[in-house]
Amino acid sequence: MTDVNTGGALTPEETAVRVAATLKRRGRSERRFRYLGVGAVSLTLCFLVFLFTGILSKGIPGMFQHYVTLEVVLDKERMDPKGDMSAASLYSGDAVGLVGEALSSVLGSPEGRKARRAARSILSSGSAARLTEFALKHPELIGQRVSVKFAVDDDIDSFMRGFISRDTPESDRRINDRTIEYVELLNRANLISYEFSDYLFTGSASRNAEIAGIKGALVGSIWTLSVCLLIAFPLGVATAVYLEEIAPKNRMTEIIEININNLAAVPSVVFGIMGLAIFIIAFGLPRSIPLVGGIVLALMTLPTIIISSRAAIRAVPPSIRDAALGIGASKMQTILHHVIPPAMPGMLTGTIIGMAQALGETAPLLMIGMVAFIVDVPGSVTEPATALPVQIFMWADFAERMFIQKTSAAIIVLLAFLITMNAGAIILRKKLERRWL
Amino acid sequence: MADAVTNTDDVKFQDREIPDETVGDVYVDNARMTARDVSVYYADKLAVDNVTLDIGYSEVIAFVGPSGCGKSTLLRCFNRMNDTIDICRMEGVIEIDGDDVFDPNIDVVSLRARVGMVFQKPNPFPKSIFDNIAYGPRIHGLAKDSIELDEIVERSLDRAGLWGEVKDRLDQPGTSLSGGQQQRLCIARAIAVGPDVILMDEPCSALDPIATAKVEELIYELREQYSIVIVTHSMQQAARVSDRTAYFHLGKLVEVGETKQIFTNPVHRLTEDYITGRFG
Ligand SMILES: Nc1ncnc2c1ncn2[C@@H]1O[C@H](COP(=O)(O)OP(=O)(O)OP(=O)(O)O)[C@@H](O)[C@H]1O
Ligand SMILES: [Mg+2]
Repeated sequence: MTDVNTGGALTPEETAVRVAATLKRRGRSERRFRYLGVGAVSLTLCFLVFLFTGILSKGIPGMFQHYVTLEVVLDKERMDPKGDMSAASLYSGDAVGLVGEALSSVLGSPEGRKARRAARSILSSGSAARLTEFALKHPELIGQRVSVKFAVDDDIDSFMRGFISRDTPESDRRINDRTIEYVELLNRANLISYEFSDYLFTGSASRNAEIAGIKGALVGSIWTLSVCLLIAFPLGVATAVYLEEIAPKNRMTEIIEININNLAAVPSVVFGIMGLAIFIIAFGLPRSIPLVGGIVLALMTLPTIIISSRAAIRAVPPSIRDAALGIGASKMQTILHHVIPPAMPGMLTGTIIGMAQALGETAPLLMIGMVAFIVDVPGSVTEPATALPVQIFMWADFAERMFIQKTSAAIIVLLAFLITMNAGAIILRKKLERRWL
Repeated sequence: MADAVTNTDDVKFQDREIPDETVGDVYVDNARMTARDVSVYYADKLAVDNVTLDIGYSEVIAFVGPSGCGKSTLLRCFNRMNDTIDICRMEGVIEIDGDDVFDPNIDVVSLRARVGMVFQKPNPFPKSIFDNIAYGPRIHGLAKDSIELDEIVERSLDRAGLWGEVKDRLDQPGTSLSGGQQQRLCIARAIAVGPDVILMDEPCSALDPIATAKVEELIYELREQYSIVIVTHSMQQAARVSDRTAYFHLGKLVEVGETKQIFTNPVHRLTEDYITGRFG
């Protein structure tokens, strides 16, 4: 190193040496950063894989269950005591007896009370209703011999899946030896099948796991979300447009803005308590209805929609506004024709994110009583209902093995619902973007 | 200050003091728009200082001056675009054909239909070329039916010298055009609502020389039918397209006159400095 006095400046050689030294250091830190990033992404992916395998491995079996195929004679007299083929008449008929006889004939007519009870315990308690519904759907088959699939009881299902071992002492397991004997008899006769569970999507809440389904909860969720969307979207977009385009920028709007942002951070239960206090106690609306649920969820999603809509509006270049105003468009025309259309994709994205939040929300719905045991599928927004996440929450509380599986199955449905919503949002966004830009 | 050297027979201003009175004739015989004692403030900051100026029929007047001297601000007073800026406040009177622009009875919408504007950066709507032009006539209800609307669109594009280039692609987005074409599209859009006055704020600053030449040619042709106010930083451009030139300095209108006179024989020292490139 010769000491060339360059008045503080470096010679080109020295510069090269120093830059080379820092280059190495910079390269190292860059690599380190990359490893860190890759590590973080892999960890996230690991969790995702873990989560999905967990849910899918439990949930997919939960979408299937065991059925027994029986030949039943739809005796006219016994099925339809009043003889008018009305639902009332059919439901008062002796479907129970017909199913029981059909089963007992394939089991070689069990003798004795214990044996008969063992035979009865094989089929789900929903079997008679199943036969009645079959007859209602196919009135032309009355009087004929038909073959119908009946769900097995959830304990039998667990046994078929190998969750109940024959080796445990009889007193410790939920099904006795004789029942097992019968099940094996049916199995040997090839009468037991493992199929996609039609109860999952067509059944409603039930204490019997094998016939419990999510139809009621799914419809309840759809009602609730519809109310939520109808309230939150127009209100959110209007608020965003007002705050961004019309309101003067002063202390008042600043305070409103801060409070909207704060609202986004309020825990969802609080919205539930508020809904309970305002809509149910003060306004006297009934409990457990999707109307109230939707309003509460709308209040909860409003901040999300407002914030993202404002961002979308702010992203519209001011030059477009100038252009419109410059040729004499009024303020309202400028907003409607030139600000909202290009901001729409962003607004929709925010709305979908809000809706997805609302779809998965349980706590506020618990507060307003949408947690009740409701067997009927709600026909409107004013009929009692539960929602999908609430149903999952309730099932997760049950001890039966089959409920645990159905819980996972319902979670899959919830996720599928979410993914469909997101996909819909993306498609809609692409379409709108192509149209306007 | 007081020691200004005043020539007796030559009216040349030897000092670089901003004059209280504008040098040159601010009035024209047949004025389309008139500005009287116009001052504009942004909050408390004075941006345009007591400007009086006429804009005649069928003339192109160029606003020149160093950056920040208030050219755009004054220009935007003529169609009240400054209304959109909360802190902006105006004093004085601006009239178009004798009507006070700030008269509460005059709808700003109808004013802007009479006084069109072309901006510095081409800003077509993210819509088809056709819709870009048709938007103005539509909102002002200028066309009785779609045939008439088609005619207006064709005529406007033709006037802007763009018809030949775009007649086969009217349904394509306006943003798909080149920068120069976009700017002419914006001029066509302004023409489509049939204005009396067109304000242009540095319309060529984002364009290459060829596109600039085309726009200048267009301005030259449009002069017959419209009064045009153009803000420009290019002295050559001002010399090429304008009939009169107004020189602004720190919010004041320093000098105004025939373009030829301003460029060959400016009266005020500041004007001379500016146009000969000794300033700004
Ligand atoms: N929106 C605004 N808010 C506050 N001050 C502004 C605003 N617009 C312009 N000004 C100020 O007003 C003065 C005049 O600005 P103006 O834009 O009219 O200048 P200009 O002559 O057009 O300059 P340029 O040639 O750079 O476009 C400047 O000092 C500027 O800082
Ligand atoms: Mg400017």
